[in-house]
Formats: sequence, C-alpha cells, structure tokens
Amino acid sequence: MIIIDNLHAQIDGKAILNGLSLTINGGEVHAIMGPNGAGKSTLSYVLAGRAGYEVTSGSVTFMGEDLLAMAPHERAAAGVFLGLQYPVEIPGVSNLMFLRTALNAQRYRRDEKEASGAEFMKLAKAAAEELGLPYEMLKRSVNQGFSGGEKKRNEMVQMAVLEPKLAVLDETDSGLDIDALRVVSDGINRMRSPERATLLITHYQRLLDYVVPDYVHVLVDGRIVRTGGPELAHELERDGYVSMAA
Amino acid sequence: MTALAPLLSAMPTRREEDWRYSDIAAVARAWPVVPETITIAAGDSAAQLIVQDAAPGSASIRQLAITLAAGARLTLHIINSGGAYGRIALDVTLHEGAHFELGGIIIATGEQVLEIITTVRHAGPGASSNQIVRCVAGGTATATYLGKVAVARAGQKTDAAQSFKALLLDRGATANAKPELEIFADDVKCAHGATVGELDKMALFYMESRGLPPVTARALLMRAFLSDALVSMADEGEREAAEARVTALLA
Repeated sequence: MIIIDNLHAQIDGKAILNGLSLTINGGEVHAIMGPNGAGKSTLSYVLAGRAGYEVTSGSVTFMGEDLLAMAPHERAAAGVFLGLQYPVEIPGVSNLMFLRTALNAQRYRRDEKEASGAEFMKLAKAAAEELGLPYEMLKRSVNQGFSGGEKKRNEMVQMAVLEPKLAVLDETDSGLDIDALRVVSDGINRMRSPERATLLITHYQRLLDYVVPDYVHVLVDGRIVRTGGPELAHELERDGYVSMAA
Repeated sequence: MTALAPLLSAMPTRREEDWRYSDIAAVARAWPVVPETITIAAGDSAAQLIVQDAAPGSASIRQLAITLAAGARLTLHIINSGGAYGRIALDVTLHEGAHFELGGIIIATGEQVLEIITTVRHAGPGASSNQIVRCVAGGTATATYLGKVAVARAGQKTDAAQSFKALLLDRGATANAKPELEIFADDVKCAHGATVGELDKMALFYMESRGLPPVTARALLMRAFLSDALVSMADEGEREAAEARVTALLA
C-alpha cells in the first residue's frame, strides 16, 4: 500500500529523517516507537504534507502514486488520514460542518457521489456512538472545549466517517485514561480490514496491548534501527531505547 | 445636528484624524455627502442591516446620525465590502438607558480602502453600547475601524464595549484600529480590545489533511471569524441570509 524508501527530511534546515525505509501492506498494522526527537511526528507530518517539512531525498509511493507530489487535501482524498497528537481547535466551525465538508470534498475529488445530509448524519451518529462521544458535542466548534480524551475520540470519529486506506495515528494514546484507551483502541480495531493499513506512532507499549501490531519498528535519529513483532514493544518497555541506539 | 456640520462643508484632508487612512482621491468622487438620520423613539427597538456593495471602482460614503431616545434599542449590522473606497460613519447619541449594538464586517481585497468610523455619545445615564467589528483584508487593501466613545458628564453608569479583530491574508494588506475614549463621568465601564492576526496555519493544515481544498479551508476559517459580528442578529432567517452573503463574498 505504501512504500517509504530512504526518506530524508528536514525542518528549518535541520535534518530529522535520515534514510527511513518502511513498507506497509494492506491489512497490516505497524507500530513505530522511539524516544523524543527521533522523528516520529515528523514522519507523520511528512506523510500528510504539512508545509515546512522538506523532503530532501527519498520517495513515498502510495497505492502506486507519488505521495510527495500531492497537496495535503489530495493525499486525504487518496486515502491518507493523519490522527494528530494535538488535534486543533477551530472556533466557529462546527464538527459536523467540518466533517461533512471534508467527506464531500474527498468524494468530489474521487468522482464519487456526495453524501446527502441524511446519509452523513447517519454515518456521524454511528461513529460518535461507537466512540462514546455524545452526538451533541459534534454540533459544537471543532475540538473547542473538548478534553484531551474527547479530542482523541473525535479524531477517531473523523477517521470512521472518512474511511481512509492508510491511517497514521500520531500518539493517539497520549492523554487517554484506561477506559478511553479501550474505546479508542476498539475504534482502531474495527477499522482493520484487508484493504486498510494502520501506522501507529507511540511512545509506550500500552496501546499495543489493545491494538496488536503485526510489526514494531524502532525509530532512532530518523532511521529505523530495529524491526520485530509485538514482543519487541515489550522488550523496549523493559530495556528502554538506549539499548537500541547502539 | 451641530456635530455633523464639518462633514457638510469643505472636503476633508488626511490631516483630520477621522480621515487619515482614507483614500482622499476617492473621497472627492463621492463628495459632497448627504447625511442620513435614524431616530428611535423612547422605548422602541429597531434592527437594521447596512450593506455597502457599491460597484467595483466606485466610491461610497455614508454618514448616519443616529439618536436613541430614553430606553430605545438599535441593533445595527454592517457588511462593508464594495467599491474602491467605502466608508460608513456613524454618529450615535444615546439617551438615558438606551442600548446600541453594532456588528460590523469589512471584507477588503485588491486595493480597496474600506472604513467603519463610529462615534458613540453616551449623553444620558445608564446607556450601554457594544460594538463588534471583524475584518479580513487581502491584497494591498486597507481596512479601518475608528471607534470613539464619548461619555458626557451626565453619562454615569455607562457600559460601553468595543472589540475589533482583523485577519490579514497577504503581506501587503493593512488594518487600522483606533479605539478612543473621551470620558467626563466618573462611574463608567468602557472596555476595548483590538487584535490583528493571520489565518491559523495549523488549523488550515488540519482542515486540508481531512480533505478540504485550501480555498475551502480558508473560506471556512474566515467565515467563522467574521460570524462573531453577526451573532447579535436576533432573527435567525436574517442572520442566515447575512452569513450566506458573507460566504458568497469569501468565495
């Protein structure tokens, strides 16, 4: 589904990714773990196309297309979803309006039929219910006044409605208590299918108890230094990242 | 009416404080200006929307003298977006217990110079006024809000508030804001605030990452920002119509 090959990227002239390679196939869940500053969030922003994250060499091929040549909204329509570590508040724009505009903009770009008001409402209601977010909250401004956990649930509501092919979830587990972690994990697991892939970016092994990955990668200094199965996450939890850096 | 006399006489110059950001060449095309008057009788309430959508390249100046008798209320909304030069100037006198509510929007693009100038005179005790002005300016446009609140000696217990916020979309755009207070009573509350900023880049990225094209994301953010000035429209149908007008202007 996605092939990241020897990716180098920098911010303000400072190299952050130094030759990162990673291939994710449909149906797989990969986890990237690493210490602060390893380049985890940078990878997620580079994949989503945030301005200021400059790719200096390497390539990213998504569904056979050059992902890096696409604008952020084109990547979204192609099926890339980025769950943000810190979801943004947008005063004056309601969640429902935002999400419906997003869904229909994506569908329009894919030459698909736009969702009617009724169809959209059904999708949003179902997603909100599954993720334990009161539907009434979706009538409020995007993420405004939401707690940390509510923001993360809201990200998962958006993901459920937008149905991406590749979900890149940047520290979706941070700021969640145990109950919320379970609900959000269930949300991620429900989306697992042979046509979809997930890239979990996380500090801690905790999330991986609920969303069991096929592969765990260790990112240090902008490169993947080790790859293994779920057991690698436990090893990291026990020994720390320092043992990997060597 | 004495307060209006200067406007009817000679052409203003940029040396005059109220005209210092104006496009004087354009002012000349609209001169002389015939003032309009609005009078709200004691205890009455009224609401009005002023739309300045003059033809491209033209100049439009409106000068309104507004008097609110004791206990009267006026809710005024302005959408100032037309012409090369568009100025809406209000001179409002509030008598005892009157309330004046202003929601002003300026949408300036290209080389437009658009202005909202207000003088709110709290002539009697216990009157209140609330002015919310929001503007977006792009290109090399200039958007100006000059808001003067004058509290007379008799204007005890005045409660006046002014809030101005501007978004600059391009490097060449300008926003001018000047709240001015002239207070001769000692028991008053006069609040004012002004901010000038840019569209929130992180919010734009967030919206784009969900599939909104940049133009749509920008328009949504601008509409949300400007809609602060329309919140005080009591009639839902009129508010939606005004929002639709603003949305069309941002497209």
